[in-house]
Amino acid sequence: MPPAADPVTPDGLAAPVGLRTKDLLSIGDLSVDEIRLILDTAEAMKEVGTRSIKKVPALRGRTVVNLFFEASTRTRTSFEVAQKRLSADTVNIAASGSSVVKGETLADTVRNLEAMAPDIIVVRHQSAGAGHLVAGLCRARVINAGDGMHEHPTQALLDALTIRQRKGRIEGLKVSIIGDLLHSRVFRSNVLLLHALGAEVSVCGPATMMLPDMARFGVRPTTSIDEAVEGADVVMLLRIQLERMGGYFFPSLREYFQLFGMTPERLERAHPDAIIMHPGPMNRGVEIAPEVADGPYSVILEQVANGVAVRMAVLYLLADERQA
Amino acid sequence: MPVVMAADQVARSITRIAHEVVERHRTLDNLALIGIRTRGVPIARRLAAGLHEITGTTVPTGVLDITLYRDDLMRHAVGPQPVLRKTDIDFSIDNRRILLVDDVLYTGRTIRAALDALIDFGRPGAIELAVLIDRGHRELPIKADYVGKNVPTSLSESVQVRLAEVEGLDEVVIQDATGS
Amino acid sequence: MVDETRVMLIGGHVVDPVNGVNGPADVLIAGGRVTAVGRDLPVESGTTVIEVPPHGVVCPGFIDMHVHLREPGYEHKETLATGLAAAVAGGFTAVACMPTTTPVNDHAAMTRLICGKAADAGLARVYPVGAVTKGRDGEQLAEIGELYAAGCVAISDAGRPVASALLMRRALEYASMFGIPVIDHCEDPSLAGDGVAHEGYHATALGLRGLPAAAEEIVAQRDVALSGLTGAGVHLAHLSTRGAMRAVREAKARGVPVSCEVTPHHLTLTDDRLVGYDTNYKMNPPLREAADLEALLDGVRDGTIDCIATDHAPHHYDEKRAEFDRAPFGVIGLETAVSVCLDRLVHAGHVTLARLVELMSANPARILGVPGGTLGVGVPADITILAPDLVVTVDPSAFRSLARNTPFGGWVLRGGVTATIVGGRAVYVNTAVDGAGAVMNAMSGVREP
Repeated sequence: MPPAADPVTPDGLAAPVGLRTKDLLSIGDLSVDEIRLILDTAEAMKEVGTRSIKKVPALRGRTVVNLFFEASTRTRTSFEVAQKRLSADTVNIAASGSSVVKGETLADTVRNLEAMAPDIIVVRHQSAGAGHLVAGLCRARVINAGDGMHEHPTQALLDALTIRQRKGRIEGLKVSIIGDLLHSRVFRSNVLLLHALGAEVSVCGPATMMLPDMARFGVRPTTSIDEAVEGADVVMLLRIQLERMGGYFFPSLREYFQLFGMTPERLERAHPDAIIMHPGPMNRGVEIAPEVADGPYSVILEQVANGVAVRMAVLYLLADERQA
Repeated sequence: MPVVMAADQVARSITRIAHEVVERHRTLDNLALIGIRTRGVPIARRLAAGLHEITGTTVPTGVLDITLYRDDLMRHAVGPQPVLRKTDIDFSIDNRRILLVDDVLYTGRTIRAALDALIDFGRPGAIELAVLIDRGHRELPIKADYVGKNVPTSLSESVQVRLAEVEGLDEVVIQDATGS
Repeated sequence: MVDETRVMLIGGHVVDPVNGVNGPADVLIAGGRVTAVGRDLPVESGTTVIEVPPHGVVCPGFIDMHVHLREPGYEHKETLATGLAAAVAGGFTAVACMPTTTPVNDHAAMTRLICGKAADAGLARVYPVGAVTKGRDGEQLAEIGELYAAGCVAISDAGRPVASALLMRRALEYASMFGIPVIDHCEDPSLAGDGVAHEGYHATALGLRGLPAAAEEIVAQRDVALSGLTGAGVHLAHLSTRGAMRAVREAKARGVPVSCEVTPHHLTLTDDRLVGYDTNYKMNPPLREAADLEALLDGVRDGTIDCIATDHAPHHYDEKRAEFDRAPFGVIGLETAVSVCLDRLVHAGHVTLARLVELMSANPARILGVPGGTLGVGVPADITILAPDLVVTVDPSAFRSLARNTPFGGWVLRGGVTATIVGGRAVYVNTAVDGAGAVMNAMSGVREP
């Protein structure tokens, strides 16, 4: 049977489909079809990065503000490259260089920005829900680039793109997420997305870093790393923030590595074609042995490359003017 | 719903265009075909097959999605963004003669977008255009080098090209935009 | 000058559980005091007769034993004048105001300042609550004897627990000399940490740091143990957890002199409201889970809970319009409590009207040792007239309070206030109730005794 015909507009071009949400604050804002649309669009966007002129005019004349209240090299750079590849005009505002340090409230910062009529605001903030606050105060579309311990939706999308590329599918895969689950926004976005696409998720970490009410997240918890890795198709490691030791979460980095660090030996229990993922930045010798980070099963740099494509896709799909 | 071209006419037109291409080019060594998504792609593949049959030369064929270059991208009164699909040009276009292939030539805006896109891939030696149908009503100074059939239309009509690779059969029909 | 004005409220349904009255009765007020309650009282000449609007319920004045009125120090949030205007509009004839002012109400001059300003407002009565410790910093006992002499009816470090068990023991013992209760905010600070929402599924999914229920339960258990040890009365403020309910129920069964209160919002809302990060659902203690709410309703029904108090905590909209974890804790409640409780407790069948009057009038008066809570002959005529069937739409823009931080905005509730009478004087009349204007006309000139 031939594939179904594309709906066609009067000028013969493919009819549009898109996202219903105004803002991307949580993976929960997206339906399964919308997640697939973003991933498919990102696949197409990857090609732009292979050209000699890595730039298309899709967002020409659009203003995108990157409003970062938290230090971030990887995510901010990734968004900025994505914006530049789509020809958007990009403005970067970092908390240290703005009036935020002078005591201005987030609400006032956003209203001042709004007066300059940006089309999209990308927000990274220490407080969970900061993106919701920003979205409620402005007409611009808001992309959450990480809000406290809440979510980091574009990270989960780029992880999914990476898994899909390597494994051809996500449905039915066994994914193990290991590390500081409690404080991880990457975990929260990933668990929503992986469930939506039908993966089986198990989680592992110190009992102090598990989530209360874990069962309601639909994941299988264990504090045994061997059990978590057993038969896994995907092993996703989360960053251990070194300052966590102050909250009595674990006694030392040394003991953390002994109990939960990913080593080549431990990885032998995983599926032979398992891939290793890490959202970065990595603490070598804490949550991941250098041999694993640099090993053949590591897709960590692919994740970075896919980050640009996913962010291009999200920017492109959110950039229409329907609700502006 | 008047049928403008039946399956055999579609096939003959593409064969004829292949012959015209061979006549106009001393050699096909430097030629490449690029089909514009969606229906320019199968037409380009058929054209490449035709050229191979006539000359024995395999002409490289690429796929171009012009979505990111559309001039109406941010101007939809209602409705979300058009679906983006992959562009696939696995050869250098520098100094090549490029034959762009599409199904219907109408306002010319799609071709304008395709020209912009191609130039981002390199500096072709020349660009030509082949279309199955030219329905008139140009809004830009663009003209096809090879035309399967000129079909006079009114603005209220739409021309639908159906291809075996996409819809399961070859035919070209004119529909009134009112849908009846 | 002795006020000899005589007013008779007729045609109302009187609910006065302390005196066992629950039925149609007239109330005679003379000289600002209740002088008779009964059916078909004789009308002497010179008495103004006021017909209570149909279905009106005449109760002893409601007392909110836990409010933050912010003055002095935070007049941008609320002043005594606006807070008391909100109180009478909500049907409260008296409030107990917490020492969460700047400077803290930890010395007699501050107590007298608050009393003076409250008298100037001439609305609801104000009973100041003094601090347990100087500056509410949990280090050194405040001069509780002097606070008592100046008019404080209880002591509390409100908003903060008395963290040291030894200090709490001493406070209980010391305050018992004056017969005033210690009101404690039950929260173990080391366990609560910098949490901002109930530790459970919703806070976790939303990435909000948790306030575990155990942090409240631990201190409730401790306070109960200390009350048992010292024999001194302890009052546990705004309890929110099933664990604390168990602790209080068990202690009361053993005869420990413990009392406790719950807020209308903890009786009606749960932590699923957090989705969307609306800071009008941020308060401490936080909104808990459905099982906790059920346990609180059980406590309201079986007598474990003594009082409903609002923990009225006004904040400026600028302070609340912030990141969830940076916005201040607290919601206002004075102008919504009666409607919420009538609709969600009485009409929902959890408690009778008489029990509600115990919870909101008789028991707070008893625990604080203040006049009121009854319509007995000779008591000051502090009266709340309810309109149990009035349909009320909560409109924060119409609040008398300076603040708008309510979680009940837009709620449609059955039950409201017809009039609030303090010392025989109508200090609030609800123009939305037909016939209420007569109360205002007849009673606005009556002076307090």
